Parts: sequence; structure tokens; C-alpha cells
Amino acid sequence: MMMPAASQLSSPHLLGIEGLSPAEIELLLDLSEHYVKMNRSGNKKSDVLRGRTIINVFFEASTRTRTSFELAGKRLGADVINISPEVSAVRKGETLLDTALTLDAMHADLLVVRHPESGAVQLIAEKVRCAVVNGGDGAHEHPTQALLDALAIRRRLGRLHGLVVAICGDILHSRVARSNMLLLKTMGADVRVVAPPTLMPADIDRYGVSVFHDLAEGVRDADIVMMLRLQQERMRGSYVPSIAEYFHFYGLDRAKLAGAKPDALIMHPGPMNRGVEIDSDVADDINRSLIQEQVEMGVAVRMACLDLLTRDLSTNQGTGQ
Amino acid sequence: MTPLFFQDVRLLDPASGLDAVGGLLVEAGRIADLGAHLDAAPDGAAVIDGAGLCLAPGLIDMRVRLGEPGEEHKETFETLSAAAGRGGVAVVIGLPNTDPPIDDASVVEFVARRAREVKGVKIYVYAAASRGFDGKRLTEIGLLKRAGALAFTDGDHAIADAQMMRRVLSYASGFDALIIQHAEEPALTAGAVATEGEIATRLGLPAGPAAAEAILLERDMRLVELTGARYHAAHLSTGAAVEELASAKRKGLDVSADTAPAYFALNETEILGYRTFAKLTPPLRAESDRRAVVRALRDGVIDIIASDHWGQDQEAKRLPFVQAEPGIVGLETMLPLALELYHKGEIDLLDLLAKMTCNPARLLDLPSGVLTVGAPADLVLFDLDRPTLIDVARFASKSKNSPFDGRPVQGVVMATLVDGRFVYDGRDG
Repeated sequence: MMMPAASQLSSPHLLGIEGLSPAEIELLLDLSEHYVKMNRSGNKKSDVLRGRTIINVFFEASTRTRTSFELAGKRLGADVINISPEVSAVRKGETLLDTALTLDAMHADLLVVRHPESGAVQLIAEKVRCAVVNGGDGAHEHPTQALLDALAIRRRLGRLHGLVVAICGDILHSRVARSNMLLLKTMGADVRVVAPPTLMPADIDRYGVSVFHDLAEGVRDADIVMMLRLQQERMRGSYVPSIAEYFHFYGLDRAKLAGAKPDALIMHPGPMNRGVEIDSDVADDINRSLIQEQVEMGVAVRMACLDLLTRDLSTNQGTGQ
Repeated sequence: MTPLFFQDVRLLDPASGLDAVGGLLVEAGRIADLGAHLDAAPDGAAVIDGAGLCLAPGLIDMRVRLGEPGEEHKETFETLSAAAGRGGVAVVIGLPNTDPPIDDASVVEFVARRAREVKGVKIYVYAAASRGFDGKRLTEIGLLKRAGALAFTDGDHAIADAQMMRRVLSYASGFDALIIQHAEEPALTAGAVATEGEIATRLGLPAGPAAAEAILLERDMRLVELTGARYHAAHLSTGAAVEELASAKRKGLDVSADTAPAYFALNETEILGYRTFAKLTPPLRAESDRRAVVRALRDGVIDIIASDHWGQDQEAKRLPFVQAEPGIVGLETMLPLALELYHKGEIDLLDLLAKMTCNPARLLDLPSGVLTVGAPADLVLFDLDRPTLIDVARFASKSKNSPFDGRPVQGVVMATLVDGRFVYDGRDG
């Protein structure tokens, strides 16, 4: 597929996959490849972000995403600090925007923001002068997760176009699903979503995806089976009746996977609930599971995002007192 | 098993529209042949003379209280099966309101095992839609359906919370499972034992408005539209609710309803004198509602007649009206009470029988309820016109709570067969 090559992103922020062109996605993935190589080499450190300040602002608990962003920033030579406003200023009554402006005044070059409310990251991006990367907002978007998933797929199968990808599980509450649907559809994949009706958002087919309520049917002839995490509090009768029933009908095991392509790959954004949405037998199959590779790709993809978003950024002068 | 041959009998099959005198051959528990052309018994077959009698598919009663487990002093599987047989009922479907409730696959399996032991009529069950009928937590609808639950209902508890009902419908739709609702808005009927109106007022009984039924049904129709689920309203009793249902059906929603004989044969005057045998849930309604129910049966808006059988012992009924338990035993009176509608010229015979045979069979995906070659030989042999008096003393049910005692009716069950086996044979008496 021919597309105009991009050398930079059209937006100063990465708030979502929505709005990214195929060329921009290719650019991010290609640059990520470069960082995969670097991360696997002896010298993992570069200085492209030397002198830059990155602040990871996580309003919602996270270990793997925050660590991944932190490592990405540090490997590029930036100064990285982590703050969790949920346990500091916000408790003291500071508003979201006050927190953002405070950080901006400290001359940060880039904020990585995760927030439990959809749209909160965009709200911050509108108020600050530095670049903002969405580290996950509510049930809206988690763009770096979709990019790392795409990178893991592309490295294994050589393409995204024309692949059959089944995204399975709690679609309703999942920002990972939304970002992945957008990215995979943009890149020409054939995307399916599989969930019990109580965990399927309304009009989901408007994403151009096909909707299934039966896991075995949904994964039939799939190249990729992407499982989503089911939050514990959603299993106790309000959305699904029990863990036992969920695993029986929507947990990925060998039997349900049988109809997928013989070499179909399994993905999961982590952390996994073994015995809830995925059987260990499948999750740990080194021939089919991309789960460890996804984690590795995460660091490289975030390096590419930080790199691209700070390239043309003039030093943040700020107006702090 | 010796083949059975019903000779010279009026064959009534609502599913195919067959109404003709002829023969029907049963072999190995199934219908082997039937029709007007069949006039001579094959060699070796036991012949049953059907002259002057009707032979129809054994009735399917889709709404029955089991008693077991938990209330064996009111009804056991043995007495229930005997009562069903006397009533011409070959298949009963039990509500999950047992103790413990049927909200777990192990209880579904217990009922299946007990039903096999009794070797009487076929007994299936529904499972609860919410755990312990709490109206908050979904049951394992997928696993319960796999275990054999035919549909999901909280029995005589309405699923009241709109969000919960939406989730129940939505989740069930993923398994193509049917949801059965007791459609009464409980916020309007809490503590009520009668329908609001002059009679309840004069008796000084706490009453709820008849509109409580239409109010919940209307909400449910919107939720069915939203979720695309399959929905069945149980024991509809008011004209307003019938109108809601008719309108939903016109919209093409996958909805249906049943009613019980009490709601087309009685009205609220029956509770005068504080007759606790006429205490039901929903309560008996005004005469105009009774007439609306009859019209809805005739027009096909109400698809099914179910007995709503609920045995109560003396202690549960010999109490002040408010404290008495609701419910009537219905298995042995469903057919003659339904036939009143035919004898009065309200409904055609085949249309009426369809509501107790092929309609519930289709709704619940059962192979019974039809006279078709290859179908299970679940049959009822009955005298359509013979007059009799309902006599609770002769009921096989363990409980005798019926407001119909002494009522003159027409129509007597002569025999009931399940898989070609007699579960009731009253041809001598």
C-alpha cells in the first residue's frame, strides 16, 4: 500500500489514535522499530532528549505503563519524574487544571497523563504549552497501547492490512479496545469484537467492526486474538454473573481457539486474570502468545512517541512566577 | 412396549389445523401414524376406542409451582405429576421459587433427577434471573441454560430495577435465552392483596392499582426494544397491559404472554367474604379487565394459557385475608375452565388448544404439543362435552385450594399419556 511518507506528527500532542493518518501510524511504528533494535543492543542509552523534562502524571494507579514511559524517557536521556496527584495535591483540593498549570510552570517539555475520566487528558492538553501524551483516559483511548500492539503484530506477521483481528472481552469499559479498533481499521485490518451483550457498547459496529457474542465464532479464522482484562468488580453479577460462567463462555482456552488460524497469535494488554479471560495454557504458549513481546514493544513505542513529540518543540519558556 | 391404536377418535392438532375423525398409532413412545385414513388397528396393537372422544396433544402447562424442594407438605413431584395427569397435562414447567431457589445448576439437576424417578409427566424448570431473587445479581444464565433451564424468571417477584432488567435482557440475549416477567410494579403494589377499587375499599383491604401491571410492562417493552431480547409476560390480568403487549407485537418485538384461568373465569367479586382461596398474585381484577383478557385470548394477543398452579395447605389459607398465602391449585381445572371459552362461543376449539399445546412448545422449544409423525406420544384423550362439577375432594394434588370447587363445567379428561405411557387413565370412572 502506497502512502505519503510522514516525517512528523500533525498534532503537538498524542491524545488518541483518532485523527492519526495511516502515514503517521507508519511513521511511529517505523521509528519504534529503530528503538526496538537499540533496546536490544548493548548501549540502550541515547541523548536525543537530553535536557528535556518529562513528567508522568498518573491520576490512576499503573505499574507497567508508568514504568514503560519512565524507562522510555530515561533511555532517551530526558529527566523523568513521576507524580501521582491522586495521592497528593488533588487530595488537598487542587483542581485538575491547577495541577496541570503547576506542572506547566515548571517548564516540563512533555506530560504523560493517565486519568480515570474520559476526556481529562485532552482538557489538560488544552491548557498547557508542552506536549501531552495520553497514557490512558477513562474508557476513551490508550493510544500507545494500540501502537505497541500494532508493532508486535507487524513484526510477527509483516503487515496489518487484511489481517483478521478478534478483540474479546470487556469492550464496554476498555480504552484499549477503542484505540485498537481505530488503529487497526485505519490500517486496513478486518476487526471483530466479541463480548457478552452486557459488555458491548451501543452502536459499536459504527467503528466498522463486526460484532459477536460467541467467542468460538468470533475467533474463527482469526490471525490475532486479543483478549481484554475483565475488572473483578464487574464479575459479581452486575455485568456477568460469575467468574465461572465468564470463563466458561468467554475465557480463551484451547477449545475455543481451535477455530482460529492454526498459527493465530494471542495478545493481552495485561495484567492478566488467568482463569477468568484466559487460560494459562494459552497465555503461556511461547509459540502463540505475544504477551511478553507486547511489553517489550511498549518501551520502544513510547520512545518513538516521546522522540517525535519533542523534536520540533522549542524550549518551554513557561510563564511561571 | 405394545403399540397403541386410538380408533375412531376426533383428532385435534392445533399446529396443523387437523380436526378430523380417524386413528392414531403409537409405537415406541412416539406417534407412528395418524389421520382420517387410519381406520383399522395394525396387528398386535392394543386398541383404544375413541368413539365420541377427542385426542389432542398432551397439554403443556408453562407455569407451575413445584413444592419440591422445600415445601413438600404442599406438593411433591408424585402428587404434582398425578394432578397433572388428571388434568390432561403431559408437560409441566416449574417456577424457580423453591427452597433453595433454582438459581444454580445443581438444583436444576436435582429437579431433573427427581422428575426421572417419579416417571410421571415431564417436568422441566425455569431458573431464577437474579440470585436468590434479589433483583441485583445475575444468575449464570449460560450455564443454567446448558443444565436444562428452559427460561429465566424471578417467578412471582418482578424484576423491578430498570438497570437490572436491562442487564438481564441484554445478557440473556447473548444466549438466546427467554426472560419471563411477573409484570407488576412493586413500588405500587407493596403490601397490596387486592386490586384498588370499590370492593377492596369496602373490604378495607390494602390494594394496588391495576395500572401497576401496564406500567411495568410498558417499561419492559422499551427495554426489550433496546436489547433485542426475548420476553414473555406471565399471567397478564388487565386490559391496559394487554394493550401494551399488542402494541409491542405490532412493532415486531419478540414478546408473548400467558394468562391463567382465574383471570378469564373470575373477577374481583370472588374475594367478597374474604375468601382466601381467591387470593392471587396478581390479584383478581375488575370485570372489564376479565373481559379484556378474554378478548386478548380470542385475538391472539395472549398466546398461552397456563394454570399458575400453586398448592397451599390449610394453614396457609385459613388466615385473615392479608396474611393468607396467594395461589390456587390449577392443574386439574385448567382444561375444563379453558373449554368454557369454547362452549360459550368465545374462541375456536383449535385456537384454544393451541394456547396449551403448540404455542408453549414453540416458545420453549419443546418437541411436544403436536400430533405429528415422530413426535413424542404425549396425548390427552377427553370428552369435550360431558358436564361435570369441579370437586376438590377428588383432586390428586396434595393441596385443595381452589375457588372453583362445585363449579359446573363441560369437558372431562379420560386419559393422559406421556411418551406413549398412561400417566392417568380415567376411562372406567
